[in-house]
Amino acid sequence: MSEEFKVEIVNPEASFLSKEDVTEVIVPAFEGEMGILKDHISIISFLKPGILIIYTKSGEHKFYVEDGIFEFKNNNLSVLTSSIFDLKKIEKSMLMNLIKLAEEEASKEDIDDQSRFLIDQKIEVLKSLN
Amino acid sequence: MASLDDLKKRITSVKSTQKITKAMKMVAAAKLKRAQESAEKGRPYSEKMNNVILNLSNGISDKETAPKLLSGTGKDKIHLCVVMTSDRGLCGGFNSNIIKKAKNYFGEILKEGKELKIITVGSKGNDQLKRQYGNKIIENVSFKNSKNANYFDAEKVGRIIIEKFEKEEFDICTIFYNQFKNVITQIPQAQKIIPLNTESADKNELEDSYEFEPDEDEILNNLLPKNISTQIFKAMLENSASEQGARMSAMDNATRNAGEMVDKLTIQYNRSRQAAITKELIEIISGAESL
Repeated sequence: MSEEFKVEIVNPEASFLSKEDVTEVIVPAFEGEMGILKDHISIISFLKPGILIIYTKSGEHKFYVEDGIFEFKNNNLSVLTSSIFDLKKIEKSMLMNLIKLAEEEASKEDIDDQSRFLIDQKIEVLKSLN
Repeated sequence: MASLDDLKKRITSVKSTQKITKAMKMVAAAKLKRAQESAEKGRPYSEKMNNVILNLSNGISDKETAPKLLSGTGKDKIHLCVVMTSDRGLCGGFNSNIIKKAKNYFGEILKEGKELKIITVGSKGNDQLKRQYGNKIIENVSFKNSKNANYFDAEKVGRIIIEKFEKEEFDICTIFYNQFKNVITQIPQAQKIIPLNTESADKNELEDSYEFEPDEDEILNNLLPKNISTQIFKAMLENSASEQGARMSAMDNATRNAGEMVDKLTIQYNRSRQAAITKELIEIISGAESL
Protein backbone atom coordinates (compact mmCIF):
# COMPACT_ATOMS: atom_id res chain seq x y z
CA MET A 1 0.00 0.00 0.00
CA SER A 2 1.35 3.34 -0.87
CA GLU A 3 2.13 5.77 1.86
CA GLU A 4 1.38 8.85 -0.14
CA PHE A 5 -1.30 11.45 0.18
CA LYS A 6 -2.27 14.70 -1.45
CA VAL A 7 -1.35 18.21 -0.41
CA GLU A 8 -2.84 21.39 -1.72
CA ILE A 9 -1.75 24.84 -0.71
CA VAL A 10 -3.97 27.70 -1.80
CA ASN A 11 -3.63 31.40 -1.23
CA PRO A 12 -6.33 33.92 -2.06
CA GLU A 13 -4.88 34.80 -5.42
CA ALA A 14 -4.19 31.35 -6.81
CA SER A 15 -3.52 27.76 -6.06
CA PHE A 16 0.02 27.90 -4.76
CA LEU A 17 1.04 24.28 -4.88
CA SER A 18 -0.50 20.89 -5.38
CA LYS A 19 1.31 17.60 -4.89
CA GLU A 20 0.12 14.02 -5.07
CA ASP A 21 3.15 12.08 -3.89
CA VAL A 22 3.63 13.40 -0.38
CA THR A 23 4.78 11.08 2.37
CA GLU A 24 4.88 13.45 5.30
CA VAL A 25 4.13 17.07 6.10
CA ILE A 26 5.31 19.03 9.11
CA VAL A 27 2.95 21.91 9.82
CA PRO A 28 3.59 24.67 12.34
CA ALA A 29 0.21 24.35 14.04
CA PHE A 30 -0.88 26.82 16.65
CA GLU A 31 -0.23 24.48 19.53
CA GLY A 32 3.06 23.15 18.28
CA GLU A 33 4.52 21.56 15.22
CA MET A 34 2.66 18.58 13.95
CA GLY A 35 3.71 15.80 11.61
CA ILE A 36 1.00 14.48 9.35
CA LEU A 37 1.21 11.07 7.74
CA LYS A 38 -1.22 9.17 5.60
CA ASP A 39 -4.50 8.19 7.29
CA HIS A 40 -4.25 10.86 9.92
CA ILE A 41 -7.56 11.56 11.64
CA SER A 42 -9.60 14.43 10.12
CA ILE A 43 -8.36 17.59 11.71
CA ILE A 44 -8.72 21.34 11.47
CA SER A 45 -6.30 23.71 13.08
CA PHE A 46 -4.62 27.00 12.38
CA LEU A 47 -1.06 27.95 11.72
CA LYS A 48 1.39 30.13 13.51
CA PRO A 49 4.41 31.66 11.80
CA GLY A 50 6.86 28.91 11.06
CA ILE A 51 8.32 26.52 8.55
CA LEU A 52 6.12 24.10 6.70
CA ILE A 53 8.02 21.09 5.39
CA ILE A 54 6.70 18.74 2.75
CA TYR A 55 8.49 15.42 2.25
CA THR A 56 8.05 13.66 -1.03
CA LYS A 57 9.87 10.73 -2.57
CA SER A 58 12.00 13.10 -4.53
CA GLY A 59 13.04 15.23 -1.59
CA GLU A 60 11.80 17.89 0.76
CA HIS A 61 10.33 21.34 0.22
CA LYS A 62 10.37 24.05 2.83
CA PHE A 63 8.05 27.02 3.03
CA TYR A 64 7.76 29.92 5.37
CA VAL A 65 4.15 30.60 6.38
CA GLU A 66 2.79 33.42 8.47
CA ASP A 67 -0.77 32.47 9.14
CA GLY A 68 -3.62 30.40 7.84
CA ILE A 69 -5.52 27.25 8.55
CA PHE A 70 -5.23 23.68 7.45
CA GLU A 71 -7.68 20.88 7.09
CA PHE A 72 -6.90 17.20 6.74
CA LYS A 73 -9.66 14.96 5.48
CA ASN A 74 -9.74 11.72 3.49
CA ASN A 75 -5.99 11.85 2.91
CA ASN A 76 -6.24 15.31 1.55
CA LEU A 77 -4.38 18.10 3.24
CA SER A 78 -5.49 21.61 2.31
CA VAL A 79 -3.55 24.56 3.61
CA LEU A 80 -5.19 27.97 3.31
CA THR A 81 -2.82 30.82 3.84
CA SER A 82 -2.53 34.40 2.74
CA SER A 83 1.24 34.61 3.11
CA ILE A 84 3.51 31.79 2.12
CA PHE A 85 7.01 31.89 0.64
CA ASP A 86 9.16 29.20 -0.87
CA LEU A 87 12.37 29.14 1.11
CA LYS A 88 14.39 28.48 -2.02
CA LYS A 89 13.06 31.55 -3.70
CA ILE A 90 12.91 33.94 -0.78
CA GLU A 91 15.52 36.65 -1.01
CA LYS A 92 17.66 38.05 1.71
CA SER A 93 16.37 41.59 1.28
CA MET A 94 12.79 40.42 1.51
CA LEU A 95 13.58 38.51 4.66
CA MET A 96 15.13 41.59 6.21
CA ASN A 97 12.08 43.55 5.26
CA LEU A 98 9.77 41.04 6.92
CA ILE A 99 11.85 41.11 10.08
CA LYS A 100 11.75 44.89 10.13
CA LEU A 101 7.97 44.95 9.76
CA ALA A 102 7.56 42.33 12.46
CA GLU A 103 9.81 44.21 14.85
CA GLU A 104 7.87 47.38 14.29
CA GLU A 105 4.72 45.53 15.12
CA ALA A 106 6.28 44.04 18.22
CA SER A 107 7.38 47.43 19.51
CA LYS A 108 3.79 48.63 19.68
CA GLU A 109 2.45 48.85 23.19
CA ASP A 110 -1.20 48.12 22.72
CA ILE A 111 -1.27 44.56 21.45
CA ASP A 112 -2.75 41.68 23.38
CA ASP A 113 -0.88 38.65 24.64
CA GLN A 114 -1.85 36.38 21.82
CA SER A 115 -0.67 38.66 19.06
CA ARG A 116 2.46 39.39 21.09
CA PHE A 117 3.13 35.67 21.21
CA LEU A 118 2.58 35.34 17.48
CA ILE A 119 4.78 38.24 16.60
CA ASP A 120 7.62 37.04 18.82
CA GLN A 121 7.33 33.68 17.20
CA LYS A 122 7.50 35.28 13.80
CA ILE A 123 10.64 37.22 14.60
CA GLU A 124 12.29 34.13 16.00
CA VAL A 125 11.54 32.06 12.92
CA LEU A 126 12.60 34.79 10.56
CA LYS A 127 15.87 35.33 12.39
CA SER A 128 16.63 31.65 12.31
CA LEU A 129 16.25 31.74 8.55
CA ASN A 130 18.56 34.63 8.16
CA MET B 1 -29.46 72.20 -43.17
CA ALA B 2 -25.89 71.94 -41.98
CA SER B 3 -23.31 73.18 -44.40
CA LEU B 4 -20.84 70.85 -46.10
CA ASP B 5 -18.03 72.00 -43.88
CA ASP B 6 -20.00 71.33 -40.69
CA LEU B 7 -20.89 67.86 -41.89
CA LYS B 8 -17.29 67.10 -42.70
CA LYS B 9 -16.22 68.19 -39.24
CA ARG B 10 -18.85 66.02 -37.60
CA ILE B 11 -17.82 62.99 -39.58
CA THR B 12 -14.17 63.36 -38.54
CA SER B 13 -15.16 63.87 -34.94
CA VAL B 14 -17.38 60.79 -34.86
CA LYS B 15 -14.64 58.82 -36.53
CA SER B 16 -12.10 59.74 -33.92
CA THR B 17 -14.55 58.93 -31.13
CA GLN B 18 -14.99 55.57 -32.76
CA LYS B 19 -11.26 55.04 -32.70
CA ILE B 20 -11.18 55.73 -28.98
CA THR B 21 -14.05 53.42 -28.14
CA LYS B 22 -12.52 50.72 -30.28
CA ALA B 23 -9.23 51.03 -28.46
CA MET B 24 -11.00 50.96 -25.11
CA LYS B 25 -12.81 47.83 -26.14
CA MET B 26 -9.56 46.14 -27.02
CA VAL B 27 -7.97 47.13 -23.74
CA ALA B 28 -11.01 45.95 -21.79
CA ALA B 29 -10.96 42.64 -23.62
CA ALA B 30 -7.34 42.07 -22.71
CA LYS B 31 -7.93 43.07 -19.11
CA LEU B 32 -11.05 40.97 -18.93
CA LYS B 33 -9.10 37.87 -19.74
CA ARG B 34 -6.70 38.52 -16.91
CA ALA B 35 -9.44 39.45 -14.46
CA GLN B 36 -11.42 36.38 -15.35
CA GLU B 37 -8.40 34.19 -14.82
CA SER B 38 -7.69 35.59 -11.41
CA ALA B 39 -11.36 35.31 -10.46
CA GLU B 40 -11.22 31.65 -11.33
CA LYS B 41 -7.95 31.14 -9.55
CA GLY B 42 -9.29 32.79 -6.43
CA ARG B 43 -12.33 30.56 -6.21
CA PRO B 44 -10.75 27.48 -4.56
CA TYR B 45 -9.59 29.53 -1.61
CA SER B 46 -12.95 31.02 -0.78
CA GLU B 47 -14.72 27.73 -1.40
CA LYS B 48 -12.39 25.83 0.89
CA MET B 49 -12.66 28.56 3.48
CA ASN B 50 -16.42 28.30 3.34
CA ASN B 51 -16.35 24.53 3.71
CA VAL B 52 -14.13 24.68 6.74
CA ILE B 53 -16.33 27.27 8.37
CA LEU B 54 -19.43 25.24 7.68
CA ASN B 55 -17.79 22.19 9.21
CA LEU B 56 -16.75 24.20 12.21
CA SER B 57 -20.08 25.86 12.80
CA ASN B 58 -21.79 22.51 12.62
CA GLY B 59 -19.39 21.21 15.23
CA ILE B 60 -20.24 23.96 17.66
CA SER B 61 -22.42 22.49 20.34
CA ASP B 62 -23.43 25.57 22.21
CA LYS B 63 -24.85 28.30 19.99
CA GLU B 64 -24.83 30.76 22.87
CA THR B 65 -21.08 30.95 23.09
CA ALA B 66 -20.54 31.01 19.35
CA PRO B 67 -18.47 33.93 18.11
CA LYS B 68 -20.54 37.00 17.35
CA LEU B 69 -19.19 37.26 13.83
CA LEU B 70 -20.94 33.97 13.14
CA SER B 71 -24.16 34.25 15.06
CA GLY B 72 -24.61 38.00 14.95
CA THR B 73 -25.32 40.34 17.83
CA GLY B 74 -28.86 39.09 18.16
CA LYS B 75 -30.25 42.42 17.03
CA ASP B 76 -30.90 43.87 13.63
CA LYS B 77 -31.08 47.53 14.40
CA ILE B 78 -28.17 48.98 12.48
CA HIS B 79 -27.37 47.80 8.97
CA LEU B 80 -24.00 48.32 7.39
CA CYS B 81 -23.92 48.13 3.62
CA VAL B 82 -20.68 47.84 1.70
CA VAL B 83 -21.29 48.96 -1.84
CA MET B 84 -18.53 47.88 -4.17
CA THR B 85 -18.22 49.70 -7.47
CA SER B 86 -15.49 50.60 -9.92
CA ASP B 87 -13.17 53.57 -9.89
CA ARG B 88 -13.62 54.33 -13.54
CA GLY B 89 -16.65 55.06 -15.62
CA LEU B 90 -17.57 54.23 -19.21
CA CYS B 91 -18.60 50.72 -18.38
CA GLY B 92 -22.25 50.70 -19.31
CA GLY B 93 -24.75 49.86 -16.61
CA PHE B 94 -22.16 48.26 -14.37
CA ASN B 95 -22.17 50.82 -11.58
CA SER B 96 -25.81 51.85 -11.93
CA ASN B 97 -26.95 48.25 -11.57
CA ILE B 98 -25.22 47.83 -8.24
CA ILE B 99 -26.42 51.21 -7.07
CA LYS B 100 -29.97 50.42 -8.07
CA LYS B 101 -29.90 47.15 -6.17
CA ALA B 102 -28.37 48.86 -3.17
CA LYS B 103 -30.86 51.73 -3.22
CA ASN B 104 -33.78 49.32 -3.22
CA TYR B 105 -32.31 47.65 -0.20
CA PHE B 106 -31.64 50.98 1.53
CA GLY B 107 -35.25 51.98 0.94
CA GLU B 108 -36.53 48.83 2.61
CA ILE B 109 -34.28 49.24 5.60
CA LEU B 110 -35.23 52.86 6.12
CA LYS B 111 -38.90 52.03 5.73
CA GLU B 112 -38.61 49.54 8.54
CA GLY B 113 -37.18 52.30 10.69
CA LYS B 114 -33.73 50.80 11.00
CA GLU B 115 -30.51 52.67 10.96
CA LEU B 116 -28.38 52.61 7.85
CA LYS B 117 -24.65 53.02 7.45
CA ILE B 118 -22.81 52.83 4.17
CA ILE B 119 -19.24 52.11 3.20
CA THR B 120 -18.47 52.70 -0.45
CA VAL B 121 -15.62 50.91 -2.14
CA GLY B 122 -14.69 52.55 -5.42
CA SER B 123 -15.23 56.19 -6.22
CA LYS B 124 -18.07 55.80 -8.74
CA GLY B 125 -20.41 54.39 -6.13
CA ASN B 126 -19.56 57.22 -3.80
CA ASP B 127 -20.33 59.77 -6.53
CA GLN B 128 -23.74 58.29 -7.20
CA LEU B 129 -24.76 57.74 -3.61
CA LYS B 130 -23.55 60.88 -1.92
CA ARG B 131 -26.36 63.05 -3.22
CA GLN B 132 -29.14 60.97 -1.74
CA TYR B 133 -27.42 59.20 1.12
CA GLY B 134 -24.47 61.50 1.78
CA ASN B 135 -25.04 61.66 5.52
CA LYS B 136 -25.21 57.87 5.74
CA ILE B 137 -21.81 57.22 4.16
CA ILE B 138 -19.37 56.63 6.97
CA GLU B 139 -16.36 55.60 4.95
CA ASN B 140 -15.18 55.73 1.38
CA VAL B 141 -12.41 53.47 0.24
CA SER B 142 -10.93 53.59 -3.21
CA PHE B 143 -8.07 51.68 -4.75
CA LYS B 144 -7.34 53.85 -7.72
CA ASN B 145 -3.65 53.16 -7.47
CA SER B 146 -3.78 49.38 -7.47
CA LYS B 147 -3.75 47.93 -10.91
CA ASN B 148 -5.47 44.66 -10.13
CA ALA B 149 -7.63 43.53 -7.28
CA ASN B 150 -5.30 42.18 -4.63
CA TYR B 151 -5.76 40.53 -1.30
CA PHE B 152 -3.94 43.27 0.54
CA ASP B 153 -6.62 45.80 -0.40
CA ALA B 154 -9.38 43.38 0.53
CA GLU B 155 -7.81 42.91 3.92
CA LYS B 156 -7.89 46.66 4.48
CA VAL B 157 -11.62 46.76 3.88
CA GLY B 158 -12.08 43.66 6.01
CA ARG B 159 -10.20 45.25 8.88
CA ILE B 160 -12.37 48.37 8.74
CA ILE B 161 -15.50 46.24 8.92
CA ILE B 162 -14.25 44.11 11.80
CA GLU B 163 -13.09 47.13 13.75
CA LYS B 164 -16.52 48.67 13.44
CA PHE B 165 -18.18 45.42 14.39
CA GLU B 166 -16.09 45.11 17.51
CA LYS B 167 -17.07 48.63 18.51
CA GLU B 168 -20.67 47.50 18.01
CA GLU B 169 -21.34 50.14 15.42
CA PHE B 170 -23.58 47.82 13.42
CA ASP B 171 -25.44 44.52 13.69
CA ILE B 172 -25.75 43.26 10.16
CA CYS B 173 -23.38 43.69 7.27
CA THR B 174 -24.23 43.20 3.61
CA ILE B 175 -21.95 43.59 0.63
CA PHE B 176 -23.12 44.63 -2.82
CA TYR B 177 -21.19 43.63 -5.90
CA ASN B 178 -21.65 42.38 -9.42
CA GLN B 179 -21.25 38.71 -10.01
CA PHE B 180 -19.58 37.86 -13.27
CA LYS B 181 -21.67 35.46 -15.28
CA ASN B 182 -20.39 36.13 -18.75
CA VAL B 183 -19.23 39.06 -20.82
CA ILE B 184 -22.68 40.48 -21.40
CA THR B 185 -24.38 39.47 -18.16
CA GLN B 186 -23.40 40.62 -14.72
CA ILE B 187 -25.73 39.96 -11.85
CA PRO B 188 -25.84 42.46 -9.00
CA GLN B 189 -25.58 40.58 -5.74
CA ALA B 190 -26.38 41.37 -2.14
CA GLN B 191 -24.54 39.06 0.21
CA LYS B 192 -24.84 39.05 3.94
CA ILE B 193 -21.44 38.50 5.55
CA ILE B 194 -22.24 39.25 9.18
CA PRO B 195 -23.85 37.19 10.61
CA LEU B 196 -22.74 34.43 8.34
CA ASN B 197 -25.40 32.44 6.60
CA THR B 198 -24.68 28.82 7.42
CA GLU B 199 -28.10 27.39 6.81
CA SER B 200 -27.50 26.60 3.19
CA ALA B 201 -25.11 23.87 4.24
CA ASP B 202 -25.62 20.54 2.65
CA LYS B 203 -26.01 18.29 5.65
CA ASN B 204 -24.95 15.11 3.91
CA GLU B 205 -21.47 16.30 3.27
CA LEU B 206 -20.87 17.37 6.78
CA GLU B 207 -21.09 14.07 8.54
CA ASP B 208 -17.38 13.70 8.97
CA SER B 209 -16.27 14.36 12.45
CA TYR B 210 -13.18 16.43 12.89
CA GLU B 211 -10.58 16.80 15.49
CA PHE B 212 -10.09 20.41 16.42
CA GLU B 213 -6.96 21.87 17.81
CA PRO B 214 -7.41 24.13 19.76
CA ASP B 215 -11.19 23.97 20.20
CA GLU B 216 -13.81 25.08 17.69
CA ASP B 217 -14.44 28.45 19.25
CA GLU B 218 -10.85 29.47 19.11
CA ILE B 219 -10.37 28.38 15.54
CA LEU B 220 -13.53 30.18 14.54
CA ASN B 221 -12.39 33.33 16.27
CA ASN B 222 -9.23 33.19 14.25
CA LEU B 223 -10.90 32.21 11.04
CA LEU B 224 -13.95 34.43 10.81
CA PRO B 225 -12.12 37.72 10.39
CA LYS B 226 -10.10 36.08 7.62
CA ASN B 227 -13.27 34.88 6.04
CA ILE B 228 -14.59 38.43 5.86
CA SER B 229 -11.51 39.57 3.99
CA THR B 230 -11.81 36.54 1.76
CA GLN B 231 -15.42 37.31 0.91
CA ILE B 232 -14.51 40.91 0.18
CA PHE B 233 -11.66 39.75 -1.98
CA LYS B 234 -13.93 37.38 -3.86
CA ALA B 235 -16.37 40.23 -4.42
CA MET B 236 -13.51 42.42 -5.66
CA LEU B 237 -12.38 39.80 -8.13
CA GLU B 238 -15.89 39.22 -9.42
CA ASN B 239 -16.36 42.94 -9.63
CA SER B 240 -13.24 43.58 -11.63
CA ALA B 241 -14.07 40.83 -14.10
CA SER B 242 -17.61 42.20 -14.39
CA GLU B 243 -16.36 45.74 -14.83
CA GLN B 244 -14.13 44.80 -17.74
CA GLY B 245 -16.89 42.68 -19.26
CA ALA B 246 -19.39 45.49 -18.98
CA ARG B 247 -16.92 47.98 -20.40
CA MET B 248 -16.12 45.70 -23.28
CA SER B 249 -19.73 45.27 -24.33
CA ALA B 250 -20.50 48.95 -23.75
CA MET B 251 -17.56 49.98 -25.90
CA ASP B 252 -18.49 47.44 -28.54
CA ASN B 253 -21.94 49.01 -28.74
CA ALA B 254 -20.47 52.48 -28.86
CA THR B 255 -18.16 51.51 -31.69
CA ARG B 256 -21.03 50.05 -33.66
CA ASN B 257 -23.21 53.09 -33.07
CA ALA B 258 -20.41 55.36 -34.18
CA GLY B 259 -20.06 53.31 -37.36
CA GLU B 260 -23.77 53.68 -38.11
CA MET B 261 -23.58 57.38 -37.45
CA VAL B 262 -20.63 57.80 -39.80
CA ASP B 263 -22.57 56.00 -42.53
CA LYS B 264 -25.61 58.19 -42.02
CA LEU B 265 -23.59 61.37 -41.98
CA THR B 266 -21.66 60.35 -45.08
CA ILE B 267 -24.90 59.82 -47.01
CA GLN B 268 -26.14 63.18 -45.83
CA TYR B 269 -22.84 64.78 -46.82
CA ASN B 270 -22.92 63.25 -50.29
CA ARG B 271 -26.54 64.28 -50.82
CA SER B 272 -25.94 67.86 -49.89
CA ARG B 273 -22.82 67.98 -52.03
CA GLN B 274 -24.84 66.63 -54.97
CA ALA B 275 -27.60 69.13 -54.21
CA ALA B 276 -25.09 71.96 -54.30
CA ILE B 277 -23.71 70.77 -57.65
CA THR B 278 -27.20 70.44 -59.13
CA LYS B 279 -28.10 73.88 -57.88
CA GLU B 280 -25.04 75.41 -59.51
CA LEU B 281 -25.77 73.60 -62.77
CA ILE B 282 -29.36 74.83 -62.81
CA GLU B 283 -28.13 78.34 -62.22
CA ILE B 284 -25.65 78.11 -65.06
CA ILE B 285 -28.15 76.52 -67.48
CA SER B 286 -30.96 78.92 -66.68
CA GLY B 287 -28.47 81.79 -66.94
CA ALA B 288 -27.43 80.57 -70.42
CA GLU B 289 -31.04 80.11 -71.51
CA SER B 290 -32.04 83.61 -70.60
CA LEU B 291 -29.42 85.05 -72.94
